[in-house]
Parts: sequence; C-alpha cells; structure tokens
Amino acid sequence: MSERILSVLVEDKPGVLARISSTISRRGFNINSLSVGPTNIDGRSKMTIVTELESVEQVKKQLNKLINVIKIVELDPDNTIESEVLLMKVSINKDSQTSVIEKANLSGAKSVDVGQDYAVFELTGTSKELKKFENLMKPFGIIEMIRGGRIAIQSNL
Amino acid sequence: MEEKLLSGAELVIRGLEHLKVSTIFGVPGGAILPAYDPLYDSPIRHILARHEQGSGHMAEGYAQATGELGVVIATSGPGATNLITSLNNALMDSTPLLAITGQVATEAIGNDAFQEAYTVGLTMAATKHNYLITDASEIPQVLLEAKHIATTGRPGPVLVDIPKDILNQKAKWIEPKLVDLPGYKPTLDANPKMIQQAVNLIKDSKKPLLYVGGGIIHSKANIELFDLAQKFNIPVVTTLMGRGAFPDGHELCLGMPGMHGNYTATTSIQNSDLLIAIGVRFDDRVTANPKFFAQNAKVIHADIDPAEIGKVRDAEVPIVGDAKSVIKGLIDKLGDTKLETSNWIQEINEMRESYPLTFTQDEDGPLKVPYVLEELQKMSEDDSIVVSGVGQHQMWISLHWKFTKPNTWLNSGGLGTMGYSLPAAIGAKAAYPDRQVLSLDGDGCFQMTCQELITASTENIPLKIVVFNNGNHGMVRQWQKIFYKNRFSASELTHHTPDYVKLAEAMGAVGLRMEQKSEVKDVFEKMLEINDKPVLVDCVVDPDDMVFPMVPAGGSNDVIILNEEDLKKI
Ligand SMILES: Cc1ncc(C[n+]2csc(CCOP(=O)(O)OP(=O)(O)O)c2C)c(N)n1
Ligand SMILES: [Mg+2]
Repeated sequence: MSERILSVLVEDKPGVLARISSTISRRGFNINSLSVGPTNIDGRSKMTIVTELESVEQVKKQLNKLINVIKIVELDPDNTIESEVLLMKVSINKDSQTSVIEKANLSGAKSVDVGQDYAVFELTGTSKELKKFENLMKPFGIIEMIRGGRIAIQSNL
Repeated sequence: MEEKLLSGAELVIRGLEHLKVSTIFGVPGGAILPAYDPLYDSPIRHILARHEQGSGHMAEGYAQATGELGVVIATSGPGATNLITSLNNALMDSTPLLAITGQVATEAIGNDAFQEAYTVGLTMAATKHNYLITDASEIPQVLLEAKHIATTGRPGPVLVDIPKDILNQKAKWIEPKLVDLPGYKPTLDANPKMIQQAVNLIKDSKKPLLYVGGGIIHSKANIELFDLAQKFNIPVVTTLMGRGAFPDGHELCLGMPGMHGNYTATTSIQNSDLLIAIGVRFDDRVTANPKFFAQNAKVIHADIDPAEIGKVRDAEVPIVGDAKSVIKGLIDKLGDTKLETSNWIQEINEMRESYPLTFTQDEDGPLKVPYVLEELQKMSEDDSIVVSGVGQHQMWISLHWKFTKPNTWLNSGGLGTMGYSLPAAIGAKAAYPDRQVLSLDGDGCFQMTCQELITASTENIPLKIVVFNNGNHGMVRQWQKIFYKNRFSASELTHHTPDYVKLAEAMGAVGLRMEQKSEVKDVFEKMLEINDKPVLVDCVVDPDDMVFPMVPAGGSNDVIILNEEDLKKI
C-alpha cells in the first residue's frame, strides 16, 4: 500500500489535537503515524500525518473543515525529507555487550546510557531504517522501545 | 469617559443584542444563572422550554424557518448533555445554531464538580466548532465569531461554553470586529473553469437531471434554480431536505427520490445521463447501494463543502461554491443554448402516468395518512410551515404534500430525530407568529417531547398539531412486517394511552379527535379556527398501512417496491 504524508499547520489552541484525532477516528481513517510540535511561528503548531493513498483526499478535506486547521500540504513522495527518532533499551551481558554496542554504532545509533545488563540507544532515521535496527536488535532482547512519530519536510528541489 | 465594566453575563446578553438576536430558547440552572439575570432586563424574548432537547429543536425550527441563526442557552452538566441531540441534528442538517452553555467555575473544571460535564469534549463531534471561554473580555468577540462560523459556508451549530466565574468576572465591552479566521475561508464563488466544464457536459447531455437538496435552501437559491430549470428545460428532483426548493406541481418537478421516493424521481435518476447535483450529499437514503446508483450518468457535483464532493460518488466535474453562485454561473455560461430535452421529458411524463402516487381511502375504513394530508392541505394556507417527526408519517408528508416555497418544510433528515417536530414547530411559530405552523407528528415521536406543548400554551404560541395516531412505531412495524416475519417486537404504543385530547387539555391546549373520513373536514375546520391557543388533533389512523414506494436499505434503485404485492420481489 502506498503512503502519503500530510503536513498540517494548525492554530496552537487547547483541544486542537483532540479535534484532529477525533475527526480521524470518527471517520474511520487509517493513520500510520501522527506527530505534533511547535513551529518557528508563534501560535502555530505543525502535525505530520502519515496515511494511506486511498484515504488521503478525504482526510485532507475533513481536517480542512476544522476551524483551527490553517493549511494542509500533501508532500511530494519523491521529494520529501523524512525523519523519526527512536529510543531503545536492549539487554546485554558480558558475552554480548561488545557485539551489541558495535552493531548498534555501525547502524548509526548512539549509545546514550550503558548499564550492567542493559544499553540505551538513540537512532534517528527513516521509518525503514528504524525498523531495520529493531530487527537487528531483536535477537539480543529488546526491553523497551519508543518511536517519536514521523516528521517530514518538503525539499526545495 | 471611562467605560463601565460589565460582568461576563452582561457581556453575553449585550453580545447577543449586538448580533441582533431577538428570540432565544432555553432552560436555566446553576452555572448559567448569572446570564439569566441581565436577560431579565433585555428586549430579547426568552422562551422557556421544558427540556433542553426541546429548546435545541426550537432554536433549529426558528433557524430553519427563517434561514437565520437560532440561539439556545442551557446550564452545565445535564443541561448541556440534554442539548447534544439537537446539536448533532443541526450538524447533520446544516442548521445555523448558537448554543451557549454554563460551565462549572474555571477552578473546578476537571474535578468532577457538581453538574460538571466535559461539554467541549462531548460536543466536539456534534458541532461545527466550539469554544471554552477563559476570560470575560473574549465574550463579545467569540459570540461574533461563533455566529459567523454558524451562518456562513456550510451552516452548522457552534457551542460556546462559559464557566460560571467568567460570567461573574468584570470586563470592558470591546466592540467585536470580524477578523480573519486563518483556518476558515469558505469558498463561495465557483471557479469559472469548472462552470465551463459543467456547461460542456450539459450541452452534450440528452437526459440531464437536476438533483438538488438543502443547499439550495441554505443558499436562498430557489429563484435561480427555477430559472435554470425553466429556461433550459431540465427536470428536477428534490431530496428530503430540498423539498420546497423547486415548486411541486411544476411540470419539471419530480419530487423526492430514494428509499421512499416516488417512482418517477428515483427512476429518472437511474435513467439520466447527467446528474447536476447541487447542495446534496448523495445520502444513502437517496442512493441506496451507491454501486447501482445512476450507473449511466456523469456527475456534476456542486457543494459549498468540498468534503462532500467525491465522498460517496466521484464527480466528473467537481464544483466548490455556494449554490446561488454556481447556478448563476451555469445560467450565464449556458447563455442562449437550447437543450433538446423534450424526448427525455416525455419519457419522464410517461413514467409519471404509468406509476402515479396512489392511495385508497375507504368510505368507512380506517383513516389513511395520505388522505388526511390531502384534505388538510386543501384547507390550510399557502405559506403554512409544515414540521414533521420521523417515521412513516414523515415519508407520507414528503411524498404527498405539495411544497411550493423554501423554508416551509422542516424535518429531521440527516439524524432522523424522533421528538423534533413539536419543539421545532414552536420555534418556527415563535419566528412567524402570523403564519400557520403545522406540527404533523407521529404518536411515537410526539411522546418523546410532548411536554413542550406546555411551552406552547404558556408562551402563547398557538400552533396546530396533528398526531397521526396509528398506535405504533409505524415505521418500525413496517420493517418488522417486511424483514422480521411480522414479529412485532416492542413497536406497539396503543391507540388509547395517552388520551391525546385530555393530554392536550391538561397542557393548556385544545384537544380534538378524528377517526373517520366523515369527521376530517369538520375537525380541521375547528382546528384552523382556533388561533388563541395551541390545538392538537388526535388523528386515529390505520396501524397497518405501509409507505410505498420503497427500496430496501442497501438495495438497488432499479428495484422499487410499489405495493405489498411487490414485496415478493425481495
Ligand atoms: C430518537 C429516536 N429513537 C428511535 C428512532 C427509530 N425510529 C425511527 S421511526 C420510529 C417510529 C416512529 O413512530 P411514530 O412517531 O409513531 O411514527 P410512524 O412511523 O408511526 O408514522 C422509530 C422508533 C428514531 N428515529 N429516533
Ligand atoms: Mg405512529
């Protein structure tokens, strides 16, 4: 299935996230990822919503009806810079320690905390890269994992 | 001169006066009580409903009859939750409504305080937009914005929730000004390129059909629609929400299509090669199974709400814009074009002759709703406002009543809310005290909000009510006959309890009753003569009558059941 990424500029008002998620669940849209954060403009936040191609038109139109939604841009799939952050706690022991950390670092992950029997890694990348890293670490035992939600920006090219 | 500080409550009332609101509907209570105090001195008329659902429907009826904003006011907690049905109803039927609710004090919010409900959260999906006020000085501006949002674009309900401490907080009156809302810019003017594309399709079409609905009425575009249809000879179907947008009785008017639409309207859509859909949303009650809907037709779909276009059916030509601007654009661009539609109209007229809407009223048999309706229409005024409940009687009214003007047919189309009729009729009569307002209701519906008859009596709102008393949730009974082998589970109400005549009298109205054909004229004469009190007619009708035509839910509009015999088809 083909994905589409929407970059949604909203007024930073109480309840705006609730309005957006309520609209999405009320209409039964499939959403693969949603993230929200402040922008460089005062009083404006940006949401990145990843949805499926089939629902993208309706998602855009229904969200546009919300008074607090200012602008929705559908990013050009071939011209998008995408990123997501991941934090992962992996179990280690004396035998595995070196190999785990080495593998992680080779994948571009940073070890941010290493204890007796665990290591915490941070990795930034596309969702594909994060998935690959997860698969790589699985055999060692993932204790906990969090992903920050995908964000994306259009390139000027 | 230093301007005097006003309380939040005074700002609410002054704000409403500033918006030229003349009538509001409501029920008081703790959290909203501060606002009722300045209301006491205001020229605004407050109509005290007996239930908040009723007050909401009254405001809807007022708005639907006038085409202007309806205003309702309620207290926190149960007051607000009781309003929700009417808010959702207004959302579905695009009725401009402003609801003001009291809320517990700012400090108490979130603590499960007495009569606290999360009103903004509960009504998020039942309103076009809502607000929680955090400072009294915002009140005039928010009220103006709320009215703007409620009445422009695709109209709808807007709720403003005001905590009690804010109602008591002092602030300056700052003259509200309509500022740009960055996220709200409805497109009104149709794109000329799209109009041109539409015109190209129309010129190529042999069987064009105007499929129009509530959008025409909201846009006050009935005159333009009339010109378009008349000048280019295009037949028109009017949906349940669009009845009255084009005059019944006109040769080009085919009436209501759909689940209980008349044969010709429904079949003309199926046979058309071009649907010119304006202010409609391809509702499932019109399309049945969309796969089989108008399979041979191209679609021009014009709506002020872009989200409606392509939601159910893809359009060859999508046009975002206000119905009036769209129609004017079409008329302009069509210019002197002559459309050759006479064969098409002949095909339609033959259908009309072969499949007329019929009913039989036996001389001594039980009364049939269509017969009663025909008699009543003969005796009632041309511009009377008809307000229906939901069920069989609603479909019969829409099928058999001749609507010739917009805003004279009020009903709950999208949500199908039983209990809507009486309070909505009260709202309409409050707006037009000199016009005839007829609440034509089912017995089941009437029982849902009948306490509002007390409101009508005590507030001196002398409307007419006809309760079609078939002793049943007739529409439910009809489905049980067709789909559940006559197993009438929980659909019987009984004809005799309550005694509607006594009930009417107890509530300060006049009660009359008719049971036979011979009584119909006399009783309606009496009803129409009484103008100083509400009058209720208990109209005892056949419990076994069924509404036809019918297309079962999810079926194809090519298979129309015309009578009981036809039921074997399914
Ligand atoms: C609030 C609400 N509850 C339930 C229904 C389901 N329903 C639709 S029509 C109907 C029966 C209506 O009965 P009545 O008012 O007597 O009208 P009739 O069909 O007999 O003309 C019911 C129960 C509804 N539409 N609204
Ligand atoms: Mg009934």
